[in-house]
Amino acid sequence: MSDADQLADARAEEHNNRFATMLAADDRIEPRDWMPDAYRATLIRQIAQHAHSEIIGMQPEANWITRAPSLQRKAILMAKVQDEAGHGLYLYGAAETLGVDRAQLLDLLHTRKQKYSSIFNYPTTSWADVGAIGWLVDGAAITNQVPLCRCSYGPYARAMVRICKEESFHQRQGFDLLLTLSRGTPAQHEMAQEAVNRWWWPSLMMFGPPDNESPNSAQSMAWGIKRFSNDELRQKFIDMTVPQAKVLGLDLPDPELELDPHTGHYRFGPIDWDEFARVVKGGGPCNEQRIAHRVAAHEDGAWVRAAAIAYAAKQQTDGGDERATDAGATTGEAVA
Amino acid sequence: MSDAGLPRDTGLTLWEVFIRGRRGLSHVHAGSLHAADAEMALRNARDVYTRRSEGVSIWVVRSRDICASSPDEKDAFFAPAADKVYRHPTFYDLPEEVRQM
Repeated sequence: MSDADQLADARAEEHNNRFATMLAADDRIEPRDWMPDAYRATLIRQIAQHAHSEIIGMQPEANWITRAPSLQRKAILMAKVQDEAGHGLYLYGAAETLGVDRAQLLDLLHTRKQKYSSIFNYPTTSWADVGAIGWLVDGAAITNQVPLCRCSYGPYARAMVRICKEESFHQRQGFDLLLTLSRGTPAQHEMAQEAVNRWWWPSLMMFGPPDNESPNSAQSMAWGIKRFSNDELRQKFIDMTVPQAKVLGLDLPDPELELDPHTGHYRFGPIDWDEFARVVKGGGPCNEQRIAHRVAAHEDGAWVRAAAIAYAAKQQTDGGDERATDAGATTGEAVA
Repeated sequence: MSDAGLPRDTGLTLWEVFIRGRRGLSHVHAGSLHAADAEMALRNARDVYTRRSEGVSIWVVRSRDICASSPDEKDAFFAPAADKVYRHPTFYDLPEEVRQM
């Protein structure tokens, strides 16, 4: 072994040790720290998939903006859909700190090489679905995401703190919407019940396959990316949600749902994992529509990006960017 | 939030966003975004990072203009502070008669 090789080996070992020490101390890993290639790749895949889910998730809800039953409900829904775009941006920003470009990630989404949460491949067929998504889908997302606020990778954890704060508005507006329908006319109550019937099982699938069929979980736990197992999080969500359904006066579509007095947890019926696999692989009701819409939005927006870049270039050649000068003055004040 | 200095192959520039939460506080790093120029960066920062009145003032700076210390030389770079315990008030034992200082 040459001196150079030995030196490289010693350096790699030092890097590995420092990384392991930081994880053991529950310190956060930051963008310019050395990290194992597999850790970086796992984070890029997970954060990108998360970002894609946020922006694809805008579609099923935006479907109802023009048909919201009141101006207030419409304003609330627009604020929520705008939040989802914001969440996507925070997350693409976090992914970019790992050395990928947002444009690259969008390409991977558009060419189906990266996935988004399967839940968004189901259609929103009634106004009550907006409520069911807020209460159940966002509720499940929050259960998944709160532990990610302590994820070992700093930028991802910080983005999640921001997102979790905003998600609690999402869940409450969904609950409020369903409660109003549930206590409304019999037809409105029925509409709410029907939406919950359709969204309950897909929401439980959002936590991913059972622990014994989730091969990557152990490594993610060891890296401090994941803090609780899929099954633990699913159980937590069910335990929180069942009492809320009672308040709503709505039934959850599972005859086996029952509190186990010994464990304090709710027992629940079998989840249809074949359906989950089918939807993940592209066989859900809306997979084609979601991607086609996303690609069209991206292509239709190309002229806006081109115009913004051309305008910025023209401002520079026309004798300076006035706004940049202003910003410089502000910075100067801070330094002084 | 982003790693300053990496090459970007999109036409839009990467910017870092700093927000003053309320008067009397410093600007704090909030995250990053893409924009063609400073004005667009400020508008995008308002939409992305202050939807719930999180700020009264925003700074944006091109990510490539940030110089950062390297984590590899972290220990050596910050070493001068490590052996100067006398810079902290707790280094000094005060006689009991002096109750407060």
